[in-house]
Amino acid sequence: MQPFLRSALCILAPWAGMLAAAEAAESAGTAAFTLSALPYAQEALEPYISARTMGFHYTKHHQAYVDNLNKLVAGTPWANGSTLEQVVRESAGKADQGPVFNNAAQSWNHGFFWKSMKPGGGGQPEGRLLEAINKSFGGVEKFKEAFLTAAVAQFGSGWVWLVQEGDSLNIVKTSNADTPLVHGQNALLTCDVWEHAYYLDYQNRRKDFVKAFLDHLVNWEFAASQLK
Amino acid sequence: MIGNDKTQVSESVHVLAPLPYAENAMEPVISARTIGFHYGKHHKGYVENLNKLAAGTEFAGMTLEKIVAATAGNPDKAAIFNNASQAWNHTFYWHSLSPKGGGEPPAALKQKIEAAFGTVDACKKELATAATTQFGSGWAWLALDGDKIKVVKTPNADSPLTKNLKPILTVDVWEHAYYLDYQNRRADYVAAVLDKLINWNFAAGNLRG
Repeated sequence: MQPFLRSALCILAPWAGMLAAAEAAESAGTAAFTLSALPYAQEALEPYISARTMGFHYTKHHQAYVDNLNKLVAGTPWANGSTLEQVVRESAGKADQGPVFNNAAQSWNHGFFWKSMKPGGGGQPEGRLLEAINKSFGGVEKFKEAFLTAAVAQFGSGWVWLVQEGDSLNIVKTSNADTPLVHGQNALLTCDVWEHAYYLDYQNRRKDFVKAFLDHLVNWEFAASQLK
Repeated sequence: MIGNDKTQVSESVHVLAPLPYAENAMEPVISARTIGFHYGKHHKGYVENLNKLAAGTEFAGMTLEKIVAATAGNPDKAAIFNNASQAWNHTFYWHSLSPKGGGEPPAALKQKIEAAFGTVDACKKELATAATTQFGSGWAWLALDGDKIKVVKTPNADSPLTKNLKPILTVDVWEHAYYLDYQNRRADYVAAVLDKLINWNFAAGNLRG
């Protein structure tokens, strides 16, 4: 498919993201990594995240990280069946592998971010996750406050995460492509605070975006499924 | 020196430097909407945060440049560094643009550029590459290293001031600088700025300053 036709489809059809993913897999040939599927339609998170934001975020930013990664690993051992997690871990902290790490980690982080949300999300966590949140933060509302504070305090591009470390849960923020995967932490949830995640919808009001994420989008079932 | 500081910073309160043109003066390259948020929210926010952070501290009454120099590289002072440096960087950015920008640099600057890069186009190309490869938020700069012009990129709030370099021109590549107008197409924003808005006269003035 021609790039022009693909972008036209992205504008016209909410399912074009899935099509783009299928196409990437099909036309990749030797490409090692494919764009993970968006687990809902691009307009499914409206009004909290617009279809326009999702369109750029998924089919331009996320897609570009995957495409760049494939270019960077072509002809390296990473192109022969490594998982994305392996590439992230093996390239982390290596000065000469900065671009590989950035693109691999951003590919992974974005896939994790899409799963951290769902249409009709928000509400309350349940069961073991609720107990763990109560124990670590003193309640869900206190968790949300601390998550919001961390998200606003992350200076520049980055991510805010709920992670599991041993028996306790913590909130961590990472800059640019950095990710809990390479810090011995088990990620449960993330919110993207790169400006591209919210600028079309919220402009400078990052706090309002993260509040909407916590109140209306967060996928607690996914977070619970990540508990070890 | 101290006397100069006091004339520039009255009552230890930093003020948002005036925008040197109307908010719509950069259209169609940068929309009035973008400049409105960028100047009226982001830049203003940095100045206001700085004033809150500096009040009652050793930094009250210092110029932006002095705060930047005194806090750079100190993790305990990251918040005040970030806000002071961003306040400075943004004012420098507004002056790096002009509604009558683009075109050819004045002769003295052109000569220096040609000495360092061969041609003005090669200089613009290197600056554009720095701007598009700065991963995450940051800035691309032309700066003087001694007598030589070089291209520098800095992440987040960092600037050539912290590297003993003298800034002469900058392009903001935080996403908030271009996302409403160009979305993911940072390269298009940078190319348009370099072709149509870049204020070579301001850069030439900084060679002397």
